[in-house]
Amino acid sequence: MSEGELKAVDGLSYNVKKGESVAIVGESACGKSVSALSIMRLIPYPPGIIVGGEIIFKGQDLLKVSETEMRHIRGNRIGMIFQEPMTSLNPVLTIELQLSETLQLHRGLDKNAAGEEASKLIKLVGIPDAAKRAKNYPHQFSGGMQQRIMIAMGLSCNPELLICDEPTTSVDVTVQAQLLEIIDNLRTQFGTAVILITHNLGIVARYVDRVNVMYAGKMMESAPTDVIYSEPRHPYTAGLLASVPRLDLPRKRKLQVIPGLPPNLARLVPGCPFFPRCKLAIEKCRQEMPQLEEIGPEHRVACYRSADVKELVRVD
Amino acid sequence: MAEDNVLVDVQGLTMYFPVTAGVFRRKVAEVRAVDDVSFQIKKGETFGLVGESGCGKTTTGRAILQLYRPTAGKVFFEKNDLCKIGGEELRRSRRNMQLIFQDPYASLDPRMTAGNIIGEPLRVHGLVKGSEFQEQVAELFKLVELEPRMADRFPHEFSGGQRQRIGIARALALRPKLIVCDEPVSALDVSIQAQIIMLLERLREELGLTYIFIAHDLSVVRYISDRVAVMYLGKIVEITGSDELYDNPMHPYTQGLLSAVPIPNPRVDRQRKRILLTGDVPSPVNPPPGCHFNPRCFAVKAGCKEAEPELKEVTKGHWVACHRA
Repeated sequence: MSEGELKAVDGLSYNVKKGESVAIVGESACGKSVSALSIMRLIPYPPGIIVGGEIIFKGQDLLKVSETEMRHIRGNRIGMIFQEPMTSLNPVLTIELQLSETLQLHRGLDKNAAGEEASKLIKLVGIPDAAKRAKNYPHQFSGGMQQRIMIAMGLSCNPELLICDEPTTSVDVTVQAQLLEIIDNLRTQFGTAVILITHNLGIVARYVDRVNVMYAGKMMESAPTDVIYSEPRHPYTAGLLASVPRLDLPRKRKLQVIPGLPPNLARLVPGCPFFPRCKLAIEKCRQEMPQLEEIGPEHRVACYRSADVKELVRVD
Repeated sequence: MAEDNVLVDVQGLTMYFPVTAGVFRRKVAEVRAVDDVSFQIKKGETFGLVGESGCGKTTTGRAILQLYRPTAGKVFFEKNDLCKIGGEELRRSRRNMQLIFQDPYASLDPRMTAGNIIGEPLRVHGLVKGSEFQEQVAELFKLVELEPRMADRFPHEFSGGQRQRIGIARALALRPKLIVCDEPVSALDVSIQAQIIMLLERLREELGLTYIFIAHDLSVVRYISDRVAVMYLGKIVEITGSDELYDNPMHPYTQGLLSAVPIPNPRVDRQRKRILLTGDVPSPVNPPPGCHFNPRCFAVKAGCKEAEPELKEVTKGHWVACHRA
């Protein structure tokens, strides 16, 4: 007996151009990871099901291709880096073997060639002494090193799209900077498009071209990176920016608190999900979810009050 | 520097943990979690301790509270050396110092109601009589902006932010003078972090608290702290005022750490000087000789591999442990 439906992702649309990097930003349980797993068709069924929509990858709807075809795309033309490298790597296989598996499967290399290619990849992500380290097991690497291996794995087949799901949440700041730098360099070098899923508005500013802000499974705002930071037009985006302590602003600036909690996705009411926490909410917000509307060049917002957001919070 | 308004005076605090091996648990090495750390905290001050994982910041906080008995060094709390006392005497002085934990999911007993969790310290220290208990607990609920009627609920019925408020209320129950906040916001969602930070600020002003604020997030530490100590591999590498630390970081590690913190403003971020530290933090079992930071340092010079730099006062109130400072 199911207790009802939970809409983890609801009516989400966005696109990623070739070689572009796009961020999906949101708090825990806003549906950002589910949306990425859907692209890879990795949503476990049951209980999960993609009820509707299209995922067009180079003109082809990924929701319509067969499972066999999907296997040729997954890990090959679309790579993925997961959040926790220690749980994503197999503890009983050497790094070389784990990297070779994809190479043998998708690029048809034989065992020796795959092994050589694996060492090259390990070197590419900045692990010294690559040939020797390839024979090691995951537990012999630090968290940062393990995540480098995950990056190497995600990139092993020169994918056209790389999905990074919170790639740096489990590592320290200095290592975070190193990892993001590696991903960014490889993107420019190979022209890979990147989807970066994160809750950290800071890392987004430095590394992506476009930002999509999600809340309770819905897209709230989408804009080029510079625009979203200087002119946020959704109260949630503006609220997030005004609520974090920042190194570039005076220390004793008062933080603007977003009151309340993110909603329970199983008990969503009609209307805008942010409405109970929104300072600008009006009666209409309670009744009907606003549509995403184009309000500037490549700037879309789902809010009835987007014109008044500027008065609400001064970000800098 | 023996001033009257010093609440905590830490002198040469050292905490080693043994690494054992074999059936006889023979000691084969030592983890030098905290190694000869000294600082003073004034009454009403917020003192930030910042560094990457494994740098010893949490151990420092716990060793001050005597949750670990330090290997060496002294911790004076209002002129009383906590390392020398024990038993009942230590238990009584614990009333004055409390701890807020990082993980609000793991630090609350799932089988106790919120009211009993918050009130437990009062019972343990025998500070309330029957009828006053509910009243005092209700007071504490209000203090952290929770509804007193929620006292009968269990931890799982609260959100992460609310649980952290319960943890704070429990720490406040004994009206302590010092609270060690160990990563109190890092497990929370971004929109909830600001709520907790503002709550801690308000409580400090209203109750005249002194905080040791431990965190890895430099923007949060700078915001809440008056002074900040940067730790690396069990040592303090730099101590100074929060604004000075950001405007004029002197230790190469601090510079690298600050540069690695992304700023949510692309225009400012692009113009910043970028320092990318290479490699990982080495193991505290076998720290590099000389300055512990030398293998990752971009400004390393000949002497750095031989001699360990002393923490020196370079300008007034700004202490740095670097041969180049």
